[in-house]
Amino acid sequence: MEIENLRHGTELIKRGFAKMQKGGVIMDVTTPEQAEIAERAGAVAIMALESVPADIREAGGVARMADPAIVSQIVDSVTIPVMAKSRIGHTVESEILESIGVDMIDESEVLTPADTRYHIDKTQFTVPFVSGARNLGEALRRINEGAAMIRTKGEAGTGDVSQAVHHMKQIMGEIREYSGKSKEELMMVARDIEAPYELVEETVNLGRLPVVNFAAGGIATPADAALMMKLGADGIFVGSGIFKAENPEKMAGAIVEAVNNYDNPAKLYEISKGIGSGMRGISTDTIEENQILQSRGY
Amino acid sequence: MRVGVVALQGDVSEHVDALKKAISERGEKGEVVTIKHSGIAPTCNALVLPGGESTTLGHLLVYEGIADEIKKAALDGVPIMGTCAGLILMAKSGEGQVQKTRQYLLSLMDTTVNRNAFGRQRESFETKLDVSVFDSPYIAIFIRAPAIVKYGEDVKTLAKIDDYVVAAEQGNLMALAFHPELTDDLRFHHHFLDKVS
Repeated sequence: MEIENLRHGTELIKRGFAKMQKGGVIMDVTTPEQAEIAERAGAVAIMALESVPADIREAGGVARMADPAIVSQIVDSVTIPVMAKSRIGHTVESEILESIGVDMIDESEVLTPADTRYHIDKTQFTVPFVSGARNLGEALRRINEGAAMIRTKGEAGTGDVSQAVHHMKQIMGEIREYSGKSKEELMMVARDIEAPYELVEETVNLGRLPVVNFAAGGIATPADAALMMKLGADGIFVGSGIFKAENPEKMAGAIVEAVNNYDNPAKLYEISKGIGSGMRGISTDTIEENQILQSRGY
Repeated sequence: MRVGVVALQGDVSEHVDALKKAISERGEKGEVVTIKHSGIAPTCNALVLPGGESTTLGHLLVYEGIADEIKKAALDGVPIMGTCAGLILMAKSGEGQVQKTRQYLLSLMDTTVNRNAFGRQRESFETKLDVSVFDSPYIAIFIRAPAIVKYGEDVKTLAKIDDYVVAAEQGNLMALAFHPELTDDLRFHHHFLDKVS
């Protein structure tokens, strides 16, 4: 095959990768052993980290990209896609992650932002990016920068699903609210939510975001995952919720099965029982203002 | 006709939309249903295994009791199309990564496959393919794509990239390493529906 006949990193390939993750669970792992547990449990992909968000939150200080050696070991340990987190605006961390073969980069508010004003120009990369959002404007700004997947920010590392619920309802509610508006009204909406008009129009016409939309940030049980699917999520990220649970193996498998059965309470009962307790967590309304992660980025 | 798309994980809605469009282009009567649980596949006269992650799909096919229904349908001559992860699941055996994870396979086709045969996501690509049953080249989207590396004599090759078989059929079964549901070119969907009509 002549190499010039192959086109890499096109919009179709980046967004296509994200579509293949739909209906799946993406799990945070910190070791190759955890990665294998996640793969066996049916994870569609894993997020390779040095420590899970709950521990990053507890440790404080500046949170940076994981040691690339750890990410690389995890990349080699499984056959499913591997994602990793880069600081917001840190183009070089993202380039390093791309060079070691990471399949998707999360420009994440869980890490300390490297740029307080600008996000990464994600169109310049061959690998796709996922970005967090709390509302429609934020989601469309990230898509305009080249994000191939959106996830709710929620409040990572808390095990409290309330912020993910809030962000998902916010995005879905805005899409419903703007549907049926005239072209000139949509131009005003675009100005108000600080998003490109073309993306506002495309979203309204589709009745959904133009890219895959996952739920993330505080999901800790099969019921949490089912709730987010019910709210319209295309799939689920579980961060600290798996390996901070009493029995990670059972919790991982149960969350995978719950996502497919989110609309069947009787089945969810079967899936949820006897899997041990979820992560202890912290209620988001007890977190001090300067410890809130979701307000990072713009 | 009643076409069932396995809807456990992956790009299900893209397949549903492509099938509906293809059925209407043919001017035929038909419906497309999604299969999330057991009991639905036996009511369909064509089945589709979408793209997604084959380890996840295998896990859920067994958990939901759909795997045996698909195997039975294949033996009964029901046309089945698998794309990407579907090509892996339809295989009899696997090399490399498939062997390493000992992932579940439906064993429908006399093929041996390799997962991620072309590399990781950064190596994913679009290319023009020559397909033996089409008059003009076909633009195919390969995403962390698998390939058929060995096959029995009942398997007919439809397209290759170097030594890798990326499209093949065996009687009522068709496996594609790429994603016909992600483009507007519906020739593979029509080729598949020809087996049903």
